Amino acid sequence: MSGIAARDVAVVGAGPAGLAAAVAAVEAGARVVVVDSAAQPGGQYWRHRPENVVAADGRGHHDWGVYLDLRARFDAARATGAIEYVPGRQVWMAQNDDGGFTLRTTPTVAPSVAPSASVAPPASVAPSDPAGAHPADVTAQRESVSTIRARRLVLCPGAYDRQLPVPGWDLPGVMAAGGIQAFIKANGALPGRRFVVAGTGPFLLPVAANIAEAGGMVAAVLESSSPVAWFPHLGAAAGVPEKALEGLGYAAVFARHRIPYRTRTVVTEVLGEDRTRAVRTARVDPGGRVVRGSERLLEDVDVVGFGWGFTPQLELPVSLGAETRVDADRSLVAVVDTRQESSIPGLFLAGEVTGVGGAALAVLEGRVAGASAAARASALSPAHASPQDRDQGEAPPSDALPPALSPADAARVARYRRFAQAMHRAHPVPDAWHEWLTPETTVCRCEEVTAGQIAEARDALGAADARSLKSFTRAGMGWCQGRVCGFAASCLGAGGGAHPSEASLAASAKRPLAAPVSIGELAALEPSTTTKGTPA
Amino acid sequence: MSAPSNAAVSDIVVIGAGVIGAATAYFAAREGLSVTVLDKGLPASGTSSACEGNILVSDKELGPELELTRYSLGVWHGDLAEHRHLWEFEAKGGIIVASRESSLASLHRVMAVQKGFGVAVEELDPDALRAAEPNISPDALGGAFYPEDCQVQPMLVAAHLVRLAVAAGARFHADTTVTGFLRSGERIAGVRTTRGEFSASSVVNCTGTWAGELAALAGVDVPVMPRRGFVMVTEPLPPMVHHKVYAAEYIDNVGSSDAGLQASPVVEGTPSGTILIGSTRERVGFDRTVSTDALRLLARNAVGLFPFLAAVKAIRHYHGFRPYCPDHLPVIGPDERAPGLWHAAGHEGAGIGLSVGTGKLLAQALAGREPDLDLTPFAPARFGTAPKDQSAPREEASA
Repeated sequence: MSGIAARDVAVVGAGPAGLAAAVAAVEAGARVVVVDSAAQPGGQYWRHRPENVVAADGRGHHDWGVYLDLRARFDAARATGAIEYVPGRQVWMAQNDDGGFTLRTTPTVAPSVAPSASVAPPASVAPSDPAGAHPADVTAQRESVSTIRARRLVLCPGAYDRQLPVPGWDLPGVMAAGGIQAFIKANGALPGRRFVVAGTGPFLLPVAANIAEAGGMVAAVLESSSPVAWFPHLGAAAGVPEKALEGLGYAAVFARHRIPYRTRTVVTEVLGEDRTRAVRTARVDPGGRVVRGSERLLEDVDVVGFGWGFTPQLELPVSLGAETRVDADRSLVAVVDTRQESSIPGLFLAGEVTGVGGAALAVLEGRVAGASAAARASALSPAHASPQDRDQGEAPPSDALPPALSPADAARVARYRRFAQAMHRAHPVPDAWHEWLTPETTVCRCEEVTAGQIAEARDALGAADARSLKSFTRAGMGWCQGRVCGFAASCLGAGGGAHPSEASLAASAKRPLAAPVSIGELAALEPSTTTKGTPA
Repeated sequence: MSAPSNAAVSDIVVIGAGVIGAATAYFAAREGLSVTVLDKGLPASGTSSACEGNILVSDKELGPELELTRYSLGVWHGDLAEHRHLWEFEAKGGIIVASRESSLASLHRVMAVQKGFGVAVEELDPDALRAAEPNISPDALGGAFYPEDCQVQPMLVAAHLVRLAVAAGARFHADTTVTGFLRSGERIAGVRTTRGEFSASSVVNCTGTWAGELAALAGVDVPVMPRRGFVMVTEPLPPMVHHKVYAAEYIDNVGSSDAGLQASPVVEGTPSGTILIGSTRERVGFDRTVSTDALRLLARNAVGLFPFLAAVKAIRHYHGFRPYCPDHLPVIGPDERAPGLWHAAGHEGAGIGLSVGTGKLLAQALAGREPDLDLTPFAPARFGTAPKDQSAPREEASA
């Protein structure tokens, strides 16, 4: 069997949840392996410039102290060998086999966040060189990490910006709001000159602040919702005072840089022939319908960042059969218990996959998941332990799980979750967003499927869900496998502003290959010992 | 897509809106019959959406299946020619490649027999093979070109045939699961469903891999079993593979009943630029567990045919369950064990190609006419003449 020796706990992702899970698991006595698609720890939230080029100073970051603490403990565990760190690799398949989990990994395809890259697809799905050349990494890959085995698995794959199509969103210069932030964090430079940040949710604020502090001009921040929408939810939000302080900080930045912040306002069209030059904006009613006569042209804009909340990366939990639900923000998320364990025994989930709630909540969930996974792993019968374990005479198996959180931390988790739910309700995707489209508007950018083609498949062929739309129109069949257009296609399949069904969202999240993998790598897989294979 | 009525009465109820059911409904409606189509989901949500869209002559043995294939090909090119753009019909031709002396010899034997029966096939020497497929492996010794092999997008075939059937007067009800049969004396007289009862003079079982389960509800044995197949899809590329390209070993596996995992390379480009890599065959019931052995065999065999594929990325894979009968022939026609019940199922890996011929012949018979092609070899009664006890649960077919 190739692959490194089975570890107690495998953690996928090295962002806030993944780092916290790894550290918690190792400090609970487990031997841990961490697989992450990025070249260095931090995830999207604590993404920073290459450490071998610039020492990270935390500028533009929140909770940097939390990161430094987790990172120090992570590095200490790496130094002792208690954590095996596998950066720069993506998991293309996870399997649940007897006594544990197997992860198949492949080198990360370099993400493209250049300003000309249009809406940045999630890092995991950026295509290889458009000329058709492929990195000659098939033979150079580290064979030892192409197959990773562990008794317990903690998935912390995070989320990416949810996008809604709008006429012109396929022009160069249109990016995901998070893509702009990632660009600044990773490069210390701006992807453009004059920006509009639009969509909904509190995340638009730090993106605009990052742009302004990096020297960019923010022509406007357009929020489709209204501050009035907050009032009914203030009770829940008030329990998280640090969030309020964060908000005051942004207010100061906005004032200092004279950033216009307009509510109940959306971008209805991005204008330009070869690249983004301007946007058309409009006021909307609470349902997202454009208020007649409110359209305005905002000129001299070269980058538009859209953020309509986040889409958690569900493909690995879904492929392992974890139970899912639709959260208040209409995202498909995985169901977990108080120990962050999914409906699949031994599979733990933390961070945005269990419900979008931000980095502070992700860290707490990661701690619970890591500690719980470690406890479960050590509770296994000796038959599942590797020979080294038996040699080292580990503690006798026990089914009793230690308390994962102090009462104070448990209360914080509950507060953060209430706050997240309040945010989701205050910042909904407007029901009438589909009215901003024309039949010619591209919905699936990979396969160039238009809103008109989707409407025709829905009305003439009965394609009411993402799966049928994919079959009949190819929407979601291209490079990004529906990561960008899946939510929008599910909405359009439901039709008439209806909310997408859980079945449609689940169909969209079903990706049997969780990341692109070369056919050469697949050919080099070891045959399993249990199946009778006929030689080729 | 009108709301179902409990009093729905039609000449024919077609169960299943995959390609077979859709084609049957389309031709029955064109015969002037009143048709109701029911599906437990949406059109093409079963095996029709999990295949490669093959319309193949090249892999057929002599006998009734080859006759049905040639008849069906005539329907694709004739009755349905005006609609070919709706489902990406491509008469691209197939190439069988032999990479071993022994398989080249087998291929030559098969070609000689097929030629004798009128199948269009041309031998390709190594130079001709490389001219047709410049990226083929240097190990390829030679091949055969089948100009009649075609490809369609099967989900679009099913969806548009349902739409065209509805335009010709048929009714379609999605999300409608059949739970039992209505009887008038010994005769099947309609179906009970999760959305009420539908009466009909004839009920046609077009439920593919699930046809055995449905037949059991009527107390008859139709031994259709699932044979799982995986297909892999690459990232979009400029045209690199110009035909449907198979290995000569493919022919042997199609006719095999071996339960173990088999994989023979079938590599083809699609209009969208992706390359489809098929296909495994294994009898594992309805197991949906992803098999790394299946992916590995697909990848190895594909790279064996087209070495450039080693550096190409797969972006997804899918699997489906081919409906097959023990004698590898479909079940088409009235079931004398349950008068009023008809079947059109069990086409195994050839269902897309055979669908439209099957539907047209069945519609002729349902309309009381003599079908263009004798359906006797496909008769359901070949699986035993005694009606089964209705209450007896049918054992799950398994490998």
